[in-house]
Amino acid sequence: MSDVASQAGRVIDAGAIRAGTSNAPGKTAWRIAWGVALVVFVMLWLFGKPVAGWAFDVPRAWRIPVQRWISDAMKWLVDDASFGLFSFTDLTRFLATLVEVPYRLVLGLLSTGIMDGRGSSAQEILPPLSWLAVIGVVALMGYFAGGRRLAFIVGGCFVFLAVFGQWDSAMVTLASILIAVPIGVVGGLLLGLAAFRWRAVDIALRPLLDLMQTVPVFAYLVPILFLFGFGPTSAIVATIVYALPPMTRISLLALKGVPDEVHELGRMTGCSRRQMTWRILVPSAMPGLMIGVNQVIMLSLNMVIIASMIGAGGLGFDVLAALRRLDIGAGFEAGLAIVALAIALDRLSQAFAARRPEHVAAGAGEKNLLARHPYTVAGLALIVAGGLAGLVAAPLQSYPEALQISTGTLGSDLVSWININFFDQLEAVKNALLLNVLIPVKRFLTSLPWVGVTGLLALAGLRLGGWRLALLVSVLSCLIAFTGQWEKAMITVYLCGISVVIASLVGIPIGVLAAGRERLWKFVELVVDTLQTLPSFVYLMPAVMLFRVGDFTAMIAVVAYAVAPAIRYTAYGLRRVDPQLVEAGVVAGATPWQLLTKIRLKLALPEILLGVNQTVMLALSMLVITALVGTRDLGQEVYIALTKADTGRGLVAGLSVAFIAIIADRLISAGANRIRARLGLPEGEGGHR
Amino acid sequence: MTQPSSTTATQDPSAGDGPPKLECRSVWKLFGAGGETYRVDALDAADNAALARAGLVGAVRNVNLGVREGEIFVIMGLSGSGKSTLVRCLSRLVEPTSGEILFNGENLLDASAKRMIEIRRHHMGMVFQHFALLPHMSVLGNVAFPLEVQGVPRAEREARARKMIELVGLDGREAFYPRELSGGQQQRVGIARSLAVEPELWFLDEPFSALDPLIRREMQDEFIRLQSVLRKTIVFITHDFDEAIRLADRIAIMKDGAVVQTGTPEDLVLRPADAYVAEFTRGVSRSKVVRVASVMQPGEPSSAAPSVMENVPVAEAAPLFADGVQELCVTGRDQRPVGRLSRQAVADVMMLG
Repeated sequence: MSDVASQAGRVIDAGAIRAGTSNAPGKTAWRIAWGVALVVFVMLWLFGKPVAGWAFDVPRAWRIPVQRWISDAMKWLVDDASFGLFSFTDLTRFLATLVEVPYRLVLGLLSTGIMDGRGSSAQEILPPLSWLAVIGVVALMGYFAGGRRLAFIVGGCFVFLAVFGQWDSAMVTLASILIAVPIGVVGGLLLGLAAFRWRAVDIALRPLLDLMQTVPVFAYLVPILFLFGFGPTSAIVATIVYALPPMTRISLLALKGVPDEVHELGRMTGCSRRQMTWRILVPSAMPGLMIGVNQVIMLSLNMVIIASMIGAGGLGFDVLAALRRLDIGAGFEAGLAIVALAIALDRLSQAFAARRPEHVAAGAGEKNLLARHPYTVAGLALIVAGGLAGLVAAPLQSYPEALQISTGTLGSDLVSWININFFDQLEAVKNALLLNVLIPVKRFLTSLPWVGVTGLLALAGLRLGGWRLALLVSVLSCLIAFTGQWEKAMITVYLCGISVVIASLVGIPIGVLAAGRERLWKFVELVVDTLQTLPSFVYLMPAVMLFRVGDFTAMIAVVAYAVAPAIRYTAYGLRRVDPQLVEAGVVAGATPWQLLTKIRLKLALPEILLGVNQTVMLALSMLVITALVGTRDLGQEVYIALTKADTGRGLVAGLSVAFIAIIADRLISAGANRIRARLGLPEGEGGHR
Repeated sequence: MTQPSSTTATQDPSAGDGPPKLECRSVWKLFGAGGETYRVDALDAADNAALARAGLVGAVRNVNLGVREGEIFVIMGLSGSGKSTLVRCLSRLVEPTSGEILFNGENLLDASAKRMIEIRRHHMGMVFQHFALLPHMSVLGNVAFPLEVQGVPRAEREARARKMIELVGLDGREAFYPRELSGGQQQRVGIARSLAVEPELWFLDEPFSALDPLIRREMQDEFIRLQSVLRKTIVFITHDFDEAIRLADRIAIMKDGAVVQTGTPEDLVLRPADAYVAEFTRGVSRSKVVRVASVMQPGEPSSAAPSVMENVPVAEAAPLFADGVQELCVTGRDQRPVGRLSRQAVADVMMLG
């Protein structure tokens, strides 16, 4: 079969070459088209307002009242919808119970203790696990998966939680994750399997997954809040919904990555469908699936923190409360606790993903229980011993308060020290940027006519990806305009655009520097990896500490959050350049600078573009969260909708953000693919993570 | 060239009589949109242009083959010649566009999905180019896997798997995982696994192509040894003509989806059907291919002459002339003399290279 594929490949190659040669005369035509379009655009912008006001501001009569439709539909769902035997509300209540019961159990084990009865009359049947036992168990898991070093890291992170008095909140957060992750993983795997088996499911899921991954997280919260009410259950539901799409996508990729021969093996040995799926495909795809599990864990952590807005409690709530009080010290501590938890979970799940089976010496079968399952037995022993010890001595049950350390004053002191000594400098930077860059760009963008912008986007789409892309781009941008979101969308574009430019200006040079230096790259990679595991919430704290609230603070937080892919992809792209080409350059007598600009950067360009694409996606998702520090864009719109539980408003604004993301993603990816094709490089994987 | 005696040249030394075990009658496989419904019966196998006009690729074009019981049938072709697709058609991993595939007289293309599972479970084994070992299972688990799929109880299937592991010389490695083994060892596991169900029909799809040349040679010897014990009916795919010559009882050479020539290695070397086949055989040393039976003369030799089997290559008979012997006694399978081999006839073949 591969023979045929290669033949087909050759045919396509020939086609590409022909297309390449016919491109040359078209170039001038395109240049003229762009010139004409720009002139028309500028004319419209400068002189169009009195003549065609509708081109700047969509008249009220033209607007599509989607917000009202959605809100009405949701109301109908909750109040009237029924499946005959039971109503829609019954269904959501049932789902909520499905999640709530195991959550209460895990929460009881980790934090509150298993209770009998309700309220003040509740009696403790079983105390929660002793903090020592929990640390022991996670350290054991670390030792099992990654040896002594990992045990030390993971155990250390949990000790940190106890010592800094974040234990209880962290356990609440951990309990939510322990419930959300298995459901998310299994659900994603099943969806992935369905999409793998039935092409129709794949085709139906694809755009849905795209949309779900670009809709900002807050927008998820609004309908879930409406359907499930305020509380940890809806937070977990939101987390699952958020973590499903990436798991589905990764499952599908992993399943598609199983070699043809392995499929054939299954058929040649006469596997039934079920045997094929569970004995052959899923085990063979396991390494890929484990990467998905790691992703789900990290996304769940991120979401559980954000979902504190709809009652998740735990560390996220502590950060949120501190942000609202502007209590820098407390927020900083909770933020650090999130970082510790994130690092522990990330390293642990990565180590489990990287584990490969190894043979044991012969005769292992006859050994006793302890020898066969040393880790399970030791873990259970630790839990029992911890529980018994906790009954005797309270400090062994929960970490003694007297020994807690607080950085509370330290954080605040540091900030006030910075603010006292560097206030003028910080203010000067902030004001200079605000006055000279941010505000002019904002004014410029918000004054543009939507008709003109849509036209230019469509032209870019046509040039980069053909008429399909042009159509997609213009329809999405019209939808934003006709739902009355244009002005807020432009503010989003302005903040996102400036943040991306700054992030690229910072990130790409770092990537270039690190790419060629092995030790620096190791260090940068570690930093970037760690930055990417941190939940987005964490980035707000230091920005607010230094610059208080406003657009500038939002921009700093967005840049910090979104810089990682710019660094990573630049370095990857440069490192993946064929060394023979670089050698060819050296032999031709190129200086290092010429090597960089004429060979390495040129060839790494598609990769760098993908990095910028990722930066845009991350910036957009972070931008919505910065609504907390007082921006005026679509994010704020979603946030307001959240506080009012106004589903229509929230979804429309959220979808507008998603549309901006999709437009940017498709245009940049199409551009990257064009360059790739021109350089003769293999087609890259899609821009999504 | 010496005149090969025409009566014995076409005789296949190891083939049994009777109908072929596996027969493939005018099998076509077209790839491309609409390939399933394209009418091929009006089409000449040589007419590639008509297919290209329809936007189709003829991966297998009008192939007719018969594989006899107990023989090693090698399908040789360069990459893109359709040999992999053909072997997948034979096992119905790929659904042929048209034709018939008869296994013990039963047309596989008419078999239901259930019957096909049955046939594959009990009568077919396959070895893959890239081994296709399941990474999460030990050697023992991998070899026992086909039996596990059938629902054979654990103790029994592990006992049988251990026997197969011993057969391929991997005893002591039962608990190892595939990634802990070298390429050659991994393919031994693949071979043991394909033999675990004791199949009548054994497919090997370029089993040694992914191995280093030295290991490849060793595995070929191993394969010859195994076959001398097992006497399976084998369809062996390779792109390496030397490998084909070494292992085959008969070879089918494929080009662009069609079979160019089928015959014993000797046939191909001595009577290539066209320039394409001749190109392959040019570098092959004649003496290693031509069998004694092809160059012997009829008649009784003198009683003192050393004897040689009629089906060994001339190169193996040559050393027997070392002590000034002028003539060899050629014996058939039943050890009875069937002719005599002169020093001159052997020298003629050796001088051809």
